[in-house]
Amino acid sequence: MSAETTPLAIDTPTAPKGRSVLKRLLTNPQGVLCIAFLLFVIVFGLVSPVLAPYQPNQADLDAVNAPPFSPGHLLGADRAGRDTLSQLMWGTSGTLLGSVLVLVIAVLIGVTGGLLAGFYRGKFEAVAGFITDVIMSLPSIVLLIALFALTGPNVLVAMAVFGVLVSPTYYRLVRSVVLAVRTELYIDAAKVVGLPDLRIIGRHVLWAVRAPVVIQSSFVAASGIAIQAGVEFLGLGDPKQPSWGGILQNANANIYNNRFGVLWPALLISLTILALVLLGNVLRDVLQSSAHNNTLKKSRRRELVTSAQRARTEADRPDVPQEVLLSIRGLRIGYPDGPESVREVVHGVDLDVRKGEIHGLVGESGSGKSQMAFATLGILPKEAVILGGSILLDGEDLLADNKALKAARGHRIGYIPQEPMSNLDPSFTIGAQLIHGLRAVKKISAKDARKHLIRLLARVGIRDPEGVMGLYPHEISGGMAQRVLICGAVAADPELIVADEPTTALDVTVQAEVLELLRELSMERGLAMILVTHNLGVVADLCDNVSVMKDGRIVERSDVDSLFTAPQQRYTQELLESSRRVELLEV
Amino acid sequence: MNEKLLQVENLVVTFKGRHGISKRVIDDVSLDLHAGETLSLVGESGSGKTTIGRAILGLAPVTEGTIMFRGEVISNISRTQRRKVARGIQVVFQDPYSSLNPSMTVEDILVEPMAAAGAQGGRQRVRELLDSVGLPSDSGSRYPKEFSGGQRQRIAIARALALDPAVIICDEPTSALDVTTQARVLSLFKDLQEQTGVAYLFISHDLGVVNSISDRIAVLYQGSVVELGEARQVALNPRHEYTRRLQMAAPVADPAKQRERRSARLKLLANDKTTFDTNSAAATL
Repeated sequence: MSAETTPLAIDTPTAPKGRSVLKRLLTNPQGVLCIAFLLFVIVFGLVSPVLAPYQPNQADLDAVNAPPFSPGHLLGADRAGRDTLSQLMWGTSGTLLGSVLVLVIAVLIGVTGGLLAGFYRGKFEAVAGFITDVIMSLPSIVLLIALFALTGPNVLVAMAVFGVLVSPTYYRLVRSVVLAVRTELYIDAAKVVGLPDLRIIGRHVLWAVRAPVVIQSSFVAASGIAIQAGVEFLGLGDPKQPSWGGILQNANANIYNNRFGVLWPALLISLTILALVLLGNVLRDVLQSSAHNNTLKKSRRRELVTSAQRARTEADRPDVPQEVLLSIRGLRIGYPDGPESVREVVHGVDLDVRKGEIHGLVGESGSGKSQMAFATLGILPKEAVILGGSILLDGEDLLADNKALKAARGHRIGYIPQEPMSNLDPSFTIGAQLIHGLRAVKKISAKDARKHLIRLLARVGIRDPEGVMGLYPHEISGGMAQRVLICGAVAADPELIVADEPTTALDVTVQAEVLELLRELSMERGLAMILVTHNLGVVADLCDNVSVMKDGRIVERSDVDSLFTAPQQRYTQELLESSRRVELLEV
Repeated sequence: MNEKLLQVENLVVTFKGRHGISKRVIDDVSLDLHAGETLSLVGESGSGKTTIGRAILGLAPVTEGTIMFRGEVISNISRTQRRKVARGIQVVFQDPYSSLNPSMTVEDILVEPMAAAGAQGGRQRVRELLDSVGLPSDSGSRYPKEFSGGQRQRIAIARALALDPAVIICDEPTSALDVTTQARVLSLFKDLQEQTGVAYLFISHDLGVVNSISDRIAVLYQGSVVELGEARQVALNPRHEYTRRLQMAAPVADPAKQRERRSARLKLLANDKTTFDTNSAAATL
């Protein structure tokens, strides 16, 4: 039902298609730079048999400790007269092979284990969880050094073991993604059509984990290179084969004779790691952000907000009759469509609510009805832009003056939300939240607030108010939670209640009780109410006047009796017809 | 009409809760579904209506009792067996957003069941299916996110139809939809039944929706069937006290009639002190 009120949030960030990922990766300057550098490193290693000026370990005794840029030795040479550039080129393939090995082994073990554990759970998950905990508690560098005693100088074996040691990071990542995906209904649907588990995992689950795995791989490759260079630097590599870490070690030992020797291997190692880490960040942005980036430029947003504010101050105060409590005039709300453009979803709507009146705002999803309610409360989503108009509470423009809005909210305007459970904080007791909320808007001692709220809880139909004050939200039912929120909304004696689909999440019998309660409260306290709903039955039950919204405009407005007996607009008739089709008229 | 297609006998479903305390969610429920009819399960949250549907689909454990489809037991059988015996039972879920894989095209979604069953079909069949649920035939290459909620539900219905099922379990298929969309999807269900003779087990919390589509209605309360009968009788002239409350609680889109219903409801509540626990301290879910 959340689609009902947040039509603009439907575009959940889903992994976009392959082509556009690559395209967006290549339009990101940082991404291009990283990819270009990594490609350069790969080519640098691959072409060494052809382009390297010297063979590996080929010594040129004339060039011992040659400084950079000496003839024939662009980056200089080491103490044995080996050309640094050639050594680095020859060492690259080993490094790349090592990090590919780490990746392959870690992905094979971690992803497979994570998929199976997340999908089947049970004993396999328990055992795999224990094993990963054990592996993660092992100190990897120490283990790799200990391994040297067994295998001798063999970096590939060391990297394979390192692959096993990092596989738990994949396992945990994949398992948590799978746990979320396996409850999706499309997995159930695949089971119902008879798809075997292997196909479900391969087709539906694997697809969902691919983005996080790709991102993680970038970071794992970076740490693989760092670890490999470290192991080689400690002298655990094969001394006959040139390697980045080995070159660094040699240069470091020789630093007093050749100051620049360490520069090149250190630079190559650091830049490669940096490129991989940065690429991982870019990948995360590209793969996990929503498919189209709809953020409005800050300057453009400011421009729009100030022009709306200017229009407000320049225009004459609209003439509002005395008995009108809340008056919305020409309200226009938009959402970013791109960096420069805004798509308007509420097109200059007027709405008057008299004192004590219950005004229904009816419409289907995307009609803008909830946007109106949120604007009145000043709780529109952050990306929304108010493009114009005023919201006058007793003649004071809430949109023009943020202080007025803050003073009115909670104190003079109360709010009853759609989802009672998600509007209560699970980590505080009902009593603590209610008292905190009341004391935030009213000068009252905690003791008095408590007394007042207990009385009010009893009024809204809670049987054991003192007991309920001490309960946590998960300990009460949805219907009770909504009563608690109603209690919170009326606690500070507001004049206006904005109720956004207050009964949509409730069972029909509870809905009837909550509607009854709202009616009684409105009569007792002379409360005005804006009731946002898609249910015409609820409107018929509770409202005095109704505005029908469609596509961001009010298409029809009248008192409740004439709207239902003689709807003027085609759209209203259609709405009525649709809801009467599923109605139980005869009693 | 008289062939018993689906038989649920003395179904009990218990879920293991925390600390080993198991909760009996379905308590001795028996139902029959005949070929070509619509039987509805109606009840409030926690009544177990969705669990019965999931048990029939093999997605919830059957603790006791049996479920039979065309005379063969389908409760507690492996998925391989299910594929042979029960492929005539398909499903349409409530949430059209999570029931379609966002990374698959509509065509892939529709081909999947046919591929799983080893059935021939392909593009021609996809076009037929799209056509039968009233979607443009070129929708196949598009992704679910390009469609509205009502259109997505049509895709889900097309997927359910792909294997020519005898029964479709409809789990609140319209409750996430707007009222005008709901009306259109309900008439699509009726049309498809006329064309194909498929039977529906229709699960809903809304007695009104159920009344408009059902032949028979079963009312569930806390895991048991409290009333089962012909649709108009159950919806409009209920015999059980709880059904009566459900009926009276549904608001009518007419202020004058709603005023009458409201006072009738209050009178009913005043006369009858049986509590149906709508304000209990423990969340029933």
